[in-house]
Amino acid sequence: MAEAVSDPPPRIDLRREAEAAGVLDVLDQLDRELIGLAPVKRRIRETAALLVVERARQSLGLQAEPPTLHMSFTGNPGTGKTTVALRMAEILHRLGYCRRGHLISVTRDDLVGQYIGHTAPKTKDVIKKAMGGVLFIDEAYYLYRPENERDYGQEAIEILLQVMENARDDLVVILAGYGDRMARFFESNPGFRSRIGLHVDFPDYGDDELLRIAEIMLDRMSFRFAPAAREAFAEYVALRRSQPHFANARSVRNALDRMRLRLAHRLYESGLEVGTEDLTTLVETDVRASRVFSGGLPAAN
Amino acid sequence: MRVTQGAFSFLPDLTETQVRAQIQYCLDQGWAPGIEYTDDPHPRNTYWEMWAQPLFDLKDAAGVMQEIKACREAWPDHYVRINAFDAGHGWETVRLSFIVQRPAREPGFKLSRTVAQGRVLSYRTEAYALDRPEGERHG
Repeated sequence: MAEAVSDPPPRIDLRREAEAAGVLDVLDQLDRELIGLAPVKRRIRETAALLVVERARQSLGLQAEPPTLHMSFTGNPGTGKTTVALRMAEILHRLGYCRRGHLISVTRDDLVGQYIGHTAPKTKDVIKKAMGGVLFIDEAYYLYRPENERDYGQEAIEILLQVMENARDDLVVILAGYGDRMARFFESNPGFRSRIGLHVDFPDYGDDELLRIAEIMLDRMSFRFAPAAREAFAEYVALRRSQPHFANARSVRNALDRMRLRLAHRLYESGLEVGTEDLTTLVETDVRASRVFSGGLPAAN
Repeated sequence: MRVTQGAFSFLPDLTETQVRAQIQYCLDQGWAPGIEYTDDPHPRNTYWEMWAQPLFDLKDAAGVMQEIKACREAWPDHYVRINAFDAGHGWETVRLSFIVQRPAREPGFKLSRTVAQGRVLSYRTEAYALDRPEGERHG
């Protein structure tokens, strides 16, 4: 008894614990590389904190039920769901909740077979590949097709539910998709909702955020905007948003690709000698030539 | 008589942890593990029955362990082995093969000698287990 009293209770420095696991690096990287997404970053930080605390509890011998790590990422296209999932896999790996930390990204096609008896082996194959890492199911609601009662998606769903329950140490499942359709999917599959611990909603980017994203993308490709082009692009983003098939950062990337095309064409046609300056600078006309400024995509789209 | 085929067969049977570690090593080398089973322990019985398909593109041994478990449950009295196939150029062969389950009773082999014309001896090795039909040999 005397020994137990004289022994000071062990203390754990959580910050140092997180640092030792390299989690802070990943979180900082997330902050640096991803523009905006404040609520998402907050949720990821909270989750990381929870995992660090759980680890500390475990090391002190306290009851540490591993938290339910399955997640759902909802949000419009191009809001960074896949990118964040990759980082999440990294965080889970560094904290030891995931042995390998790789990410297997699949859609309905990879899970559901084409004839009777094809689905189960296919789904199990994918699950085996994802073991020790994260299984990212994009547009998960396509698994469930209520209009066709013989749809094989149901079989894949049942196998997934079973694995999410029984193989929680081996695999983390992240379901992703548009917000409203995911909500409907969860309503009709309550099993998923109850097995998912963390729901993260990805907001749309603001216009200024998209502009910053564009500049970062250009910087990575060794391009830059001329000042007038930058202003034109800000206008472009505002206009593009109101047109159909707007996909946030993905639309920005596609727009930049087309602008590079126009730049290349312009330089080539000019027949002049070019320098670094010409090769890296997007000018206003490269931006303004987009059909977004002339009323946008045809209505048929 | 204990059948000694493949790696580690002169050691005591591998524990689950050891099997998992070996498989993880194979996966880390980029080899594809395949599971095979048989109840004919003859050394020249090279091609065993395949259990499902070889497990390509796995990162973690958990998936293989799951298949091993399923195979053991289906064939509790058979030999089960893991073959790790290296598809790398210049190898394209099995790099590691080891037994992960053997039957409780291994009756061993019979060596019989036949004296033929001119007192020529011919030898014949046969597993005692083969006296019984397939599927009932080690039960």
